[in-house]
Amino acid sequence: MMHWIILPIVLPAFLAPFLILAARHHINIQRVISVAGMVVLLAISAGLAIQASDGAVTLYQLSDWAAPFGIVLVADRLSTLMVLLTVLLSLPVLLYAIGSGWDARGRHFHPLFQFQIMGIMGAFLTGDLFNLFVFFEVLLIASYGLMIHSGGTVRLRAGTQYVLFNLLGSTLFLFALGAIYAETGTLNMADLAQRVQLIGADATAGIRVAAVLLLMVFAIKAAVVPLHFWLPSSYAEAPAPVAALFAIMTKVGAYAIIRVYTLIFPPELEAVTGLHGWWLLPAALLSLAVGMIGVLAARRLDRLVAFAVIGSMGMVMVSISLFTPAGIAAALYYIIHSTLAAGALFLITDLVRSGRASLEFSAQPPIAGASLTAALFFVVAIALVGLPPLSGFVGKLLILNAAYDTPQVVWIWAIVLGTSLISLIGFSRAGSVLFWKARSVPPEPEATPAARPPALCFVAVGGLVALLVAHTVFAGPMTGYTAAIAQQLFAPDRYVSTVLDTPGKLSDSSDEAH
Amino acid sequence: MEFLVASAIGFLTASGIYLVLRLRTFPVIMGTSLLTYAVNVFLFASGGLTVGGPPILTDALLYTDPLPQALVLTAIVISFGMTAVVVMIALGAYLGGDDDHVDDPLIDPPTDVPPDVPSDLPTDLRPEDAQ
Repeated sequence: MMHWIILPIVLPAFLAPFLILAARHHINIQRVISVAGMVVLLAISAGLAIQASDGAVTLYQLSDWAAPFGIVLVADRLSTLMVLLTVLLSLPVLLYAIGSGWDARGRHFHPLFQFQIMGIMGAFLTGDLFNLFVFFEVLLIASYGLMIHSGGTVRLRAGTQYVLFNLLGSTLFLFALGAIYAETGTLNMADLAQRVQLIGADATAGIRVAAVLLLMVFAIKAAVVPLHFWLPSSYAEAPAPVAALFAIMTKVGAYAIIRVYTLIFPPELEAVTGLHGWWLLPAALLSLAVGMIGVLAARRLDRLVAFAVIGSMGMVMVSISLFTPAGIAAALYYIIHSTLAAGALFLITDLVRSGRASLEFSAQPPIAGASLTAALFFVVAIALVGLPPLSGFVGKLLILNAAYDTPQVVWIWAIVLGTSLISLIGFSRAGSVLFWKARSVPPEPEATPAARPPALCFVAVGGLVALLVAHTVFAGPMTGYTAAIAQQLFAPDRYVSTVLDTPGKLSDSSDEAH
Repeated sequence: MEFLVASAIGFLTASGIYLVLRLRTFPVIMGTSLLTYAVNVFLFASGGLTVGGPPILTDALLYTDPLPQALVLTAIVISFGMTAVVVMIALGAYLGGDDDHVDDPLIDPPTDVPPDVPSDLPTDLRPEDAQ
């Protein structure tokens, strides 16, 4: 059995307590270990992604228990891509946290960061719904600690909201799991995929409730309007590197929707008819509109970025809710783009904050290193708004193209294009007030100019921007690969048979041997 | 017994939701606790209600599904830990801000503006005005 599927979970899980036990008084040792762990993780996830790229579905049975009885980890194209994306985001974010000194402004940043990575990796790799709940909780618990890192009343207050909202989300998740277990008697995803098909047409009431509850849970995670209220405050008040890491957390919700609603409740299933087209698509279009109008209405840069995250999640969900191979492929391309762009933008927000009295859109003296920061903001804003030549443009084209054959094409095209214009105005206003109007304000004579942020910060943001550019340059291979992922998702037979037919303890064949 | 368990879950959930909508930290935390109790009983009942059956397959026809009990145990531990965390964070926010509302204040709290910067700086200051 291939043991290195579990390494993305086990490695951070061991590094985090080691950091607390052995290196809690030495921030530099923590930094070295944390970055080294992340580099190793990058190599492992790249290896997993290469292994899965030919369509192989690799199974890991914990303690060798056979699938419906034991917990399994499954590495297919989609999970390995998300795992790789997580590491590609978190490595620059970690470098930024070190460069800017955020990790030294409170205690235990690095152990919590590792626990957070562990939870995200587990959520992407698990093949069991209850285990998905447990990993959601792991990543949430770590995120509570990270969210209130370095304290402050405003941050604690936003943290209370964030924790309470997610506590309610977890309760809802448990209700959904209980309903699913009561209806089917299993929580293994592959097993569920088979058993849900067997439910008779006259007995679908329970499973319909479960499907809707589960969709609501994942929609909370993905911040789909009207379940998005936890996001703006918590992302705006969280420390910048933490907010940048949280850019992947909304994508965990999107991943879970893609996984569960292609595998367990596929769109052709009679019990979930209308769930995507009638409920998810309007909600997604609404989040797109609310997010981008929020971008225009925001009075502070951190709120603007938070609403841009809601808007881009709306864009992802519009594409997902089509539930066609082309739609899922476009959504995956956009997920990669929006994760990297949102992460970079949160870091740039912190670069701006370090030189200004506040993040309000008012004319204030220019910040130190303004030209470089402004250039980075310009590039990332172009990417996030979806102007050519960067990957946002490619992603939006793919989504518009995927929506072209659907009956709702008018609505989707109108809202996607309209909100693009609104967000373009919002970002232009933000950039011109922050960087150009600054030239009109004479610096105060007695004020000491703020020091330019360390070079490592710019390296970290530059790394994310370079990844965005690479995502654009290699758009051809990337769209080919996301199309292959979508193809694998819509033909789940190989996934199901790999999970259920691999022998292990308690499987049927070993029962006969006794 | 089914009616008793079902109505208990319903009553706990309704009370929990009512308290969650109260917008002060203490009732909201009480509400989430009630909701987690409700979901624990719900999970417990999801394997079917059996009285006096062992949680293991034997030759006897009567048995209790053991899996929901394991699920409930996990759910209890997690929700208990989460409630403890939220109590600590809410306490920190209350002691720091002397305010225990969980919703956003109506006006954005002043960000760290130093007192010497006039807050009524004209926002439509044009570049040529300054020169």
